[in-house]
Amino acid sequence: MGFNGTSPLLDQRGELRPEDFGAIRELSMNPIGDRIISAFFSPGKETVDFASFVRILAHFHPTETSRSRDGVQPEPANSRTRKLKFAFQLYDQDRDGKISREELLQVLRTMLEMQVTEEQLQSIAERAIQEADLDQDDAISFDEFRKSLEKVDIDHKMSIRFLS
Amino acid sequence: MAALWTLSLLLSACLFWPACLALTPPAELPQPHNLPPSLGFNSSDGSLSVDLPMALRVFSVDYHHVQAPFEIVLWIMLASLAKLGFHWSGRVPAVVPESCLLIMVGLLVGGVIYGVRHSAPPTLSADAFFLFLLPPIVLDAGYFLPGKLFFENLGTILWYAVLGTLWNVLGIGLSLYGVCLLAPSSLGDISLLHCLLFGSLIAAVDPVAVLSVFQEMHVNDQLHILVFGESLLNDAVTVVLYKLFESFLRLPSVSGLDVLLGGCRVLVVGLGGLFVGLFFGLVAALTSRFTSRAQVIAPLFVFLYSYLSYLTSEMLHLSGIMAIVTCAVTMKQYVEANVSERSKTSIQYFLKMWSSVSETLIFIFLGVSTIQDVHMWSWSFVCSTLLLCLIWRATGVLLLTAVVNKLRRNTVTFRDQFIIAYGGLRGAICFSLVFLIDDFPKKRLFITTTIVVILFTVFVQGMTIKPLVELLDVKRKKRALPTVSEEIHSRLIDHLLAGIEDVVGYWGQHYWKDKFEQFNKKYLRRFLIRDDHQAPSSILRVYQELERRDQRGDEEAPPLVDTRSDSRPLLPEEMDSIRRILSRNLQNFNNKTRAYSRHTLHQDATMDRTRKPLHRHQSLGERYTFNTQGEDGEFSGSRRGRAGLSRSHTVCSMSPRPVLQDSSVPGATSQTRGLVDPKSSAARKEQISPQHQAPVGRTPKKQLSFVSESEKQQ
Repeated sequence: MGFNGTSPLLDQRGELRPEDFGAIRELSMNPIGDRIISAFFSPGKETVDFASFVRILAHFHPTETSRSRDGVQPEPANSRTRKLKFAFQLYDQDRDGKISREELLQVLRTMLEMQVTEEQLQSIAERAIQEADLDQDDAISFDEFRKSLEKVDIDHKMSIRFLS
Repeated sequence: MAALWTLSLLLSACLFWPACLALTPPAELPQPHNLPPSLGFNSSDGSLSVDLPMALRVFSVDYHHVQAPFEIVLWIMLASLAKLGFHWSGRVPAVVPESCLLIMVGLLVGGVIYGVRHSAPPTLSADAFFLFLLPPIVLDAGYFLPGKLFFENLGTILWYAVLGTLWNVLGIGLSLYGVCLLAPSSLGDISLLHCLLFGSLIAAVDPVAVLSVFQEMHVNDQLHILVFGESLLNDAVTVVLYKLFESFLRLPSVSGLDVLLGGCRVLVVGLGGLFVGLFFGLVAALTSRFTSRAQVIAPLFVFLYSYLSYLTSEMLHLSGIMAIVTCAVTMKQYVEANVSERSKTSIQYFLKMWSSVSETLIFIFLGVSTIQDVHMWSWSFVCSTLLLCLIWRATGVLLLTAVVNKLRRNTVTFRDQFIIAYGGLRGAICFSLVFLIDDFPKKRLFITTTIVVILFTVFVQGMTIKPLVELLDVKRKKRALPTVSEEIHSRLIDHLLAGIEDVVGYWGQHYWKDKFEQFNKKYLRRFLIRDDHQAPSSILRVYQELERRDQRGDEEAPPLVDTRSDSRPLLPEEMDSIRRILSRNLQNFNNKTRAYSRHTLHQDATMDRTRKPLHRHQSLGERYTFNTQGEDGEFSGSRRGRAGLSRSHTVCSMSPRPVLQDSSVPGATSQTRGLVDPKSSAARKEQISPQHQAPVGRTPKKQLSFVSESEKQQ
């Protein structure tokens, strides 16, 4: 679904609404589809305009490691930290900066669907929190989240080569 | 000391047997000259006998009757003893790859036979190689292929396999022809087509050699799959080019149309092999659905169908390797879901065993066949071939990678490229192909050159690649276990990427993967799997694997940051742990097929302590939620236990045990004992002690290890 020009779902002001996203069939079958959709919208806003849309998608640009970083330049949208922040916000729906056990359980429930019992879900979530939670506050902060994923190649996992 | 002793035992065995062989006249070999007449064939039925006229023969030897199977068994025995001796020989396995040593043993044996009999030892016939020795190895490779990684890198692998092989073939062929033109005196009668034919067979990277060397090296997964995938898939190109040039040699003239047809043929051979493999894979999956009443022969179907696919595609002159690999990859997930636990283990183990025997035999025969009468040597030809092989491979890899890196997400680094180029080992496929060439004056030269190239690549490159990998600091395989959080977050990111691709309308990798998974779930799994419950998610698998390792007190399990204390009454906990133990005893653990290599199988054996419980239907075990089968009364109790599993699991995992009183602990264990025995007669007693260790934290482990010790004392 291209944004400009091809989609008949745009309203005249060139903005998208959640229902427009819902028209994408595959997205509705995605376990975290609704979270992805809501990630496009800033908290409280009902629509997203083109600039914001592109800004969100910029997170998925492949990281260029050769770019020199001077302290003055703001961190690019597709840096590893920003990518991780985006993924973090998928969990953290209430934007309190931590993934609580309940939030983790919600995500797990949608991803694992019918395969596990409630108790198993609890124990998996329990184990995940135990592995990551370093300051013992029963929630995963962004730093703990980042640390638990330090071995995973986020730059390559979260990149789509279409924005070159 | 022991190493020396076993080595000498091995050598004496090796020497005894060919002496045996040399003294008896096998039918297919030329008659030996030095046979004492008394051992010759006297009587019509060919039996040796003490010369008692007209009397009953009390003792007679009839070798001729059992000759063929006897010799085959002796060869296999030699190969296996050599392998055994190799692994016992101290520090040698660390330096010299197994393939080298086996070739050396083969050389030795060949030399002995030649010395005793003064004629060529038996050679590896191309038919025996292609029909019997190669399929098990390729089947094993295909069955344990890491599917996800393979398909992610499929484009690159195909790029290397097809274009790289073409580049190598044409390059080597044409430049060899140039060399022949430069030395018309000795090499003048080798035509261009002959050079191209030779190029086509020498350029192909051999999966057997690559496998045996790379498996001991533990490079990172991506590099491994690139080299290995290329060696598997280039078979299509090699076969086509070889047959093409061979038929060109027989034709009176070659036109442009023939070349074009040759190109089409590559496509037909490759895709044809693929479809044959797909067909047989699906049929095998369907057959395995009905094997529930005759579980013992379920593994047989896997082997039969794979071999059938190989033979069928060989019959149709398609790529047999592609067929068998596709068959294995296709049927694996369905067959494993359908057959019982023991059948699954049998399949895996037999595959490893057969491929191991095959590989050993191939290398030994390579060594034996080197000792021949038919050698013809030409310094220029041999050296230039060697040089050209290296040069063309290196340039090919460099060029191709430069192009493909623009399209890939993960670039292939220079170090990886070097290893890919350097790891292009040649092996027995070249060897068999060179024997199949129609006879022409310089055929012996080709044979000699092929042998030299193979020996060079296996010995020199095979031995030096390991130190080079360490020297260049190539990225090695990740040893650590994935943690559950890693798995969860990775899955989330996968879903996220799939969603983003949907939003953008980009049909990327995730899109196709998702589509295939949906198709798989909707149609294929329902059709091909009996009682299809949803495949356990990778999150669940990782979690179970980690829990299992924790239970065994595995040191590699990622430590849990858990020092929370919780005060709960003791007895319900013990009850929960009892229930947990009960369900553990009857639980199916092997959801994830570990892609272990047969070179490290002995290390795995020590870890594989959990005995599989008594044979039962596959639906028990990891299918927590949809347990519909309740065959026996004794399992119903365990089902109740299993329902309580997770909760008790949660309980145990959330709280490290408070310091247990000594008195209560033995009481609990006796209680455990009492409950365990009648409930799960299937479980073995030794399972109790390792499983009595808590899965969590360090302190509980210490306490319960005390428990198990006290148990042992009782």
